[in-house]
Amino acid sequence: MLIKKTPGIPYSEITPEPLYRDRREFIRLAAAAAVGTAAAIRGETIEAQGSLPVIPNVRKSPLSTTEPQSTYKDFTTYNNYYEFGTGKDEPAVQAKSLKPRPWKLTIEGHVAKPGTFDVDEFIKSYTLEERIYRHRCVETWSAVVPWIGIPLADVIKRVEPTSMAKFVEFVTLYDPKQMPGVRSPILEWPYIEGLRLDEAKNPLAILAVGLYGQILPNQNGAPIRLVAPWKYGFKGGKSLVKIRFVDAQPRNTWQIQAPREYGFYANVNPTVDHPRWSQARERRLGEFLPRKTLMFNGYTDQVASLYTGLDLRKNF
Amino acid sequence: MKPPPIVPLKRVIFAAALIPAAALVYDAFTGNLTANPVDYITDETGTWALAMLTISLSVTPVRRITGWNEIIKVRRMLGLFAFFYAVLHMLTWVVLVSFFDVPTMLDDIVERPFITVGMGTFLILLALACTSTKASIRRLGRKWQQLHRLVYVAGVGAVVHFWWLVKADVTVPLRWATAIGVVLGFRIWWTLRSRTSGVRTLSRS
Repeated sequence: MLIKKTPGIPYSEITPEPLYRDRREFIRLAAAAAVGTAAAIRGETIEAQGSLPVIPNVRKSPLSTTEPQSTYKDFTTYNNYYEFGTGKDEPAVQAKSLKPRPWKLTIEGHVAKPGTFDVDEFIKSYTLEERIYRHRCVETWSAVVPWIGIPLADVIKRVEPTSMAKFVEFVTLYDPKQMPGVRSPILEWPYIEGLRLDEAKNPLAILAVGLYGQILPNQNGAPIRLVAPWKYGFKGGKSLVKIRFVDAQPRNTWQIQAPREYGFYANVNPTVDHPRWSQARERRLGEFLPRKTLMFNGYTDQVASLYTGLDLRKNF
Repeated sequence: MKPPPIVPLKRVIFAAALIPAAALVYDAFTGNLTANPVDYITDETGTWALAMLTISLSVTPVRRITGWNEIIKVRRMLGLFAFFYAVLHMLTWVVLVSFFDVPTMLDDIVERPFITVGMGTFLILLALACTSTKASIRRLGRKWQQLHRLVYVAGVGAVVHFWWLVKADVTVPLRWATAIGVVLGFRIWWTLRSRTSGVRTLSRS
């Protein structure tokens, strides 16, 4: 269940705190029981981690990996989210000032059905799936994360892109009041990312709204963010306010910052190095020894066909 | 005010300079090396090597400005601590980052400018540490001072190494560049002044 804090609700409508807590606890226990049962069948245990509201009714997906997951603590305290500071430990502290609810998400551009949606209404109108994905940062660290999200293809289908739509642009919130990091011009704000329309329609791409069974923590991009697991992590725009369907390739933020080092595609590729470091290996959070990085982060079967005939050296 | 006696001061500095290394060991035992311990250890040892290098380079300016000549006696120890942290930094890279993968390391040294510069800086510090004994000073004579002026190159190299590895936010390397710039700036200023006035100063080390 997702909590919406809309001002101006009459007091009679507000659930008393103890009742609310009981309900929350019930949902959590129910969810834990459900997950626990499923886990027991698969012969593993999933610990309840974190303390955010649990998301119910999440469908499992065959696209999930069975690799050991990173810990909730590691993935929520080691973050790149420059809007809240450039240190890895800063977002977990500084993103407390972000208010992810209420939140408006606008879908616009070359679509038959554009609109501005309340994020919780938007989320509620889709079937959510758990996607346990490998996550590879361009800085050579990696993780395995149980995301919860909406298949992006479902969203695209519903808004009906016109024939003019060739790319999808993802715009992160820009608000100096909530985001102390944007006061310095480290990157060009707002943070922009983009996918080709066919990439966006790939079953792997999701709009994530939660992780580890719960709603997204602020530092991980609450309330809604892009996850495209075959690409470097920076492609996953966080705290999205706009999704635009456009006809020209968007200029994504890191490409603007350093065009020689970061391209539009940013597909995980162990054979194409970052100009300043090798991409051949990675270090999993929680692991000591490095491991080999896989082509397309191990998602070759799902995505390789998107890039036939494309020179991945030039289009890095 | 009388300056503090140098021998106890040396002991205090020695103990203080070991604190960052001790803190890392403590963090390792208490599980406080962040989600990415190897990167954290790399950053910490590198930062302290640069810090010790900056402090050792500030000894001469402090001496000339305050006239407290005895302080020169802590300079070698500070320089060796810079080398000590540089060795830890290098070992982290060889063992934890590269896991003794020699071909990859050689590749990195040749192809990645920030590693090339870092390696050059380390080799300078190695040469200076090896020739830091009294016997070396005696044996090398005038050449010793010429050789040890390479520490200025090491100071610049360490900052460039740091600057070239950050992704976008150069705030921290800029701070170190400023610090190194100040301690080397004094020397440039004094050298230029002594040249234009024709007065040779006794020591320009």
